[in-house]
Amino acid sequence: MPPFQDILEVILLQNYNTRLVVLSTTMLGIAAGLIGSFLLLRKRSLMGDALSHATLPGVAIAFAVMVSLGGTGKSLPGLLLGATLSGVAGILTMLLIRNTTRLRDDVAMGFVLSVFFGVGVASLQMVQSLPGASAAGLESFIYGKTASMVQSDFLLIAIVAGVASLISLALLKEFLLLCFDDAYASAQGWPTLALDILLLGLVTAVTVIGLQSVGLILVIAFLITPATAARFWTQRLLPMLLLSAVIGGISGWLGASISALTPNLPAGAVIVLVAATLFLISMLFAPERGVFPRIFRHARLRKKVDRQHFLRAAYEVLESTADGEKVANVPFDLSRLLDKRTWTPHQLKQILRTARREDHIESTGPGKILLSEPGFGEAARVTRNHRLWETYLINYADIAPSHVDRDADLVEHILGAELVHELEKYLDDPHLSPPVPPSPHPLADA
Amino acid sequence: MNWTSFDTWIVVIGALCAMACALPGCFLVLRKMSMMGDAISHAVLPGLAIAFLITGTRASVPMFFGAAIAGVLTALFTQWISRFGNVDRGAAMGIVFTTLFAIGLIMIRQAADNVDLDPGCVLYGAIELTPLDTVGSTGIPRAALVNGGVLLANLVIILVLFKEFKLGAFDSALADTLGFSSQFLHYLLMTMVAVTTVAAFESVGSIIVIAMLIVPPATALLLTRKLPAMLLIATVTAALSALLGHLGAIIVPPWFGFQTTTTSGMIALAAGVLFTLAWLFSPIEGILVKRWHRNHSEPEEVPEPGGA
Amino acid sequence: MHNESLKSQATFPPKSTEPRPEHPPEVPLAIHDLTVAYHRKPVLWDIELNIPEGKLVGIVGPNGAGKSTLLKACLDLIPKTSGWAHIYGKPYKKARHLVAYVPQRESVDWDFPVSALDVVAMGAYRRLGWFRRVTKEESAKALHCLEQVGIDHLADRQISQLSGGQQQRVFLARALMQDAELYLMDEPFAAVDAATEEAIVALLRKLSDQGKTCLVVHHDLATVTTYFDWLVLLNMRVVADGPAETTFTRENLQKTYGGKLNLLEKAAEALRHTIN
Repeated sequence: MPPFQDILEVILLQNYNTRLVVLSTTMLGIAAGLIGSFLLLRKRSLMGDALSHATLPGVAIAFAVMVSLGGTGKSLPGLLLGATLSGVAGILTMLLIRNTTRLRDDVAMGFVLSVFFGVGVASLQMVQSLPGASAAGLESFIYGKTASMVQSDFLLIAIVAGVASLISLALLKEFLLLCFDDAYASAQGWPTLALDILLLGLVTAVTVIGLQSVGLILVIAFLITPATAARFWTQRLLPMLLLSAVIGGISGWLGASISALTPNLPAGAVIVLVAATLFLISMLFAPERGVFPRIFRHARLRKKVDRQHFLRAAYEVLESTADGEKVANVPFDLSRLLDKRTWTPHQLKQILRTARREDHIESTGPGKILLSEPGFGEAARVTRNHRLWETYLINYADIAPSHVDRDADLVEHILGAELVHELEKYLDDPHLSPPVPPSPHPLADA
Repeated sequence: MNWTSFDTWIVVIGALCAMACALPGCFLVLRKMSMMGDAISHAVLPGLAIAFLITGTRASVPMFFGAAIAGVLTALFTQWISRFGNVDRGAAMGIVFTTLFAIGLIMIRQAADNVDLDPGCVLYGAIELTPLDTVGSTGIPRAALVNGGVLLANLVIILVLFKEFKLGAFDSALADTLGFSSQFLHYLLMTMVAVTTVAAFESVGSIIVIAMLIVPPATALLLTRKLPAMLLIATVTAALSALLGHLGAIIVPPWFGFQTTTTSGMIALAAGVLFTLAWLFSPIEGILVKRWHRNHSEPEEVPEPGGA
Repeated sequence: MHNESLKSQATFPPKSTEPRPEHPPEVPLAIHDLTVAYHRKPVLWDIELNIPEGKLVGIVGPNGAGKSTLLKACLDLIPKTSGWAHIYGKPYKKARHLVAYVPQRESVDWDFPVSALDVVAMGAYRRLGWFRRVTKEESAKALHCLEQVGIDHLADRQISQLSGGQQQRVFLARALMQDAELYLMDEPFAAVDAATEEAIVALLRKLSDQGKTCLVVHHDLATVTTYFDWLVLLNMRVVADGPAETTFTRENLQKTYGGKLNLLEKAAEALRHTIN
């Protein structure tokens, strides 16, 4: 464990040796977070993967070309230019396969990824024999490496990341349209193909500047993971973009810092793990779409349905007991409830336990049950509101049925007291319309 | 060119491995899960590393199981994330395999001082050296036996369960309603892919695996509209890629003034070339053939090439 | 508010209740207390249905009424929140051999490298079970099924080379191949040509003459009464079910379609159509 002082120095960017590396991965994370969001929404996350693999032949060939031109081949901008060109070639191949064959996106991506990468590895092996090849650290483009960075390299990365981020924010509306409904966008006269290519161009830019520090296998995590994590927290685009940028930035900053503090920890891998941790937290706990909140909501929904089913069934049993007279709260047989519903004995026990906890039941003698006074009121209320909704759907409904929440409380809030009054009149007047649809199962009351 | 029995063995091993991949690859492609091959082949790294760190040897058996388990876990985690998290399957796959790969990379680097395990060997393999490692006195390279065994296993499974795989890939809901669990078929396929990947990585590297899982089946899909024919063409294309790839590895580098290159990379390239030929000249799907039809016959309902 | 609602229950119109009809075990499809919930909201509520044997049953309702969901829930393709669906008195798992399902056409990839005959032969897979190959007899039978839907001459075509109507016929032939007693069909008439529609109707009639039961999700109100002899009007709940002529009433349609006026107009037109 490095001393606290060192940790502070690295994290606060006071350490000159690591400042550039940490800053560059942070900026990379921000840019990738922004652009990756569009990629995710366009359902093309893995295209980044194919793209990053497709950059390898460019790196090898650029090196060979620079050496044959008499240089050392170590120039980062030169290598990155080669990477960009072969990445673009990869994109074009993908688009061409998709547009001229029946093969799907995934095949096009897999093809470009494997064939370009194969060519890359083959050409890398060839140029290994050139002087200075191992010194240029070409292999580090595959796995990434934490090297101390020259200022000019840093500037290159910073400028590319900054420009890419700005473009993606400036074209927010256009990209949104493209991701949401490209057919509509092109019908509206937007140049969707150009936008698509621009988006993939931005992806290429981010991938290429991430190659050296993160490596081509892991750089796509930068594009995918923060965006997917952000998606759990919000249903809106701009917050998602910003959150994704923040998660990407934090991953880059923390990951590179941790890697700088610990020997033998490759930066790319640590960054990926930080991002994955943030993703896991988001996936499990994000209130909007997280797994646990959703499980919790589903359980609550089930409970709510059970509760309503129980109260309504109880009220209907009482109704049939009253046989046309005013409904009174009297004890009745549990078996009559079971006739109405498909509860297993275990479920029924649980439902009754909940009901007792809510004081809806007075006593449960052997096989008998009596609603408490509040329970009886609640049962009447649930039944009434359910039937009001039914009546509303029959007579007025112009809303999607799926928006109807038959739970009691909201009837008046949603429909307004006046309309509810009107509906009640329908219920009271049997001639106007049958109060409840004549369903084939009058007791269960559809 | 100086062709030796050594080269023959390299081609045989490459072909066995390529064919072993192409068979399950056909169903990956049909299930629109081509990228799963890439994901699994990267994600086996931590499995290899853990098996190595626990047993301390590069003995094949523990490493084999470690990696195969990691491969199946990739499929499992991807499924979970995409189902429970409501995440696009591609994104889920990307997250899972980069995370697993990162874990593997860190484990290997941490143990780098006392470990002779290089992530590079997973990628490139060393197909050129495989003929040296023979089994007993038979003179048959171990890699040939391993990959041949996997090929045989894949072939048997696919022949025996041909109709189930076909049904599961075509209409998984029908498979479920008829009582053939589509989940079971999915994980069986994933296990086949993982085992094939692991068997191949040691001898020939994962590049061949990724390429052979996807490219020969895609080539076959361009050439036929029948499933048995697709499997056959994919297998033949895979074997042909191995042969052409090795020839290319010998012939091509001198053109550029280099000595040699990896056979693995060249096999992937050869598969790409075969795909391109099918793309251009396939009698049913080829770009040129379609264009010729458009110019020489009444308009057909061929989709506009190059359009949107 | 709470008090008010308590008071209002005093004037609550009492419902008369009849004893629940016992469903005989031989009913092709009996659904009891079925509730299905997606995400936060139930999409099907308290479904109670008994489908009589040998009927051609149309399931009719607006978009999002849960028609496909109902079929899928019967087939255990989606989980039920409560209730059950029994086929000839048995849960689906024990009655697979009695049911054939025709999914919506978009549910599969038509580029898949199989021929029409291959797809139809899939209907025999359950009979064959694991491992066994498709036998000669089954292939011959598959061809016969294609003949029944009038496209046996296309048996060797790859399925993407069929028209939409022909693809639908392949699906029907596959269902025939299953030799079931109960056929569940999800919008078989969606986007098919007139000839296919006619062929499907003829086939349905033939099935029902043989005593088979068909449940068909249907969209076109104008043809409802001509095609079907039993109707289920569905909108999250079963609004009405029964013989077509008594169930297809203006009142029931209004209950099913609520305030969706233009649909109601269509319904009125359909009603006029049936009266004339």
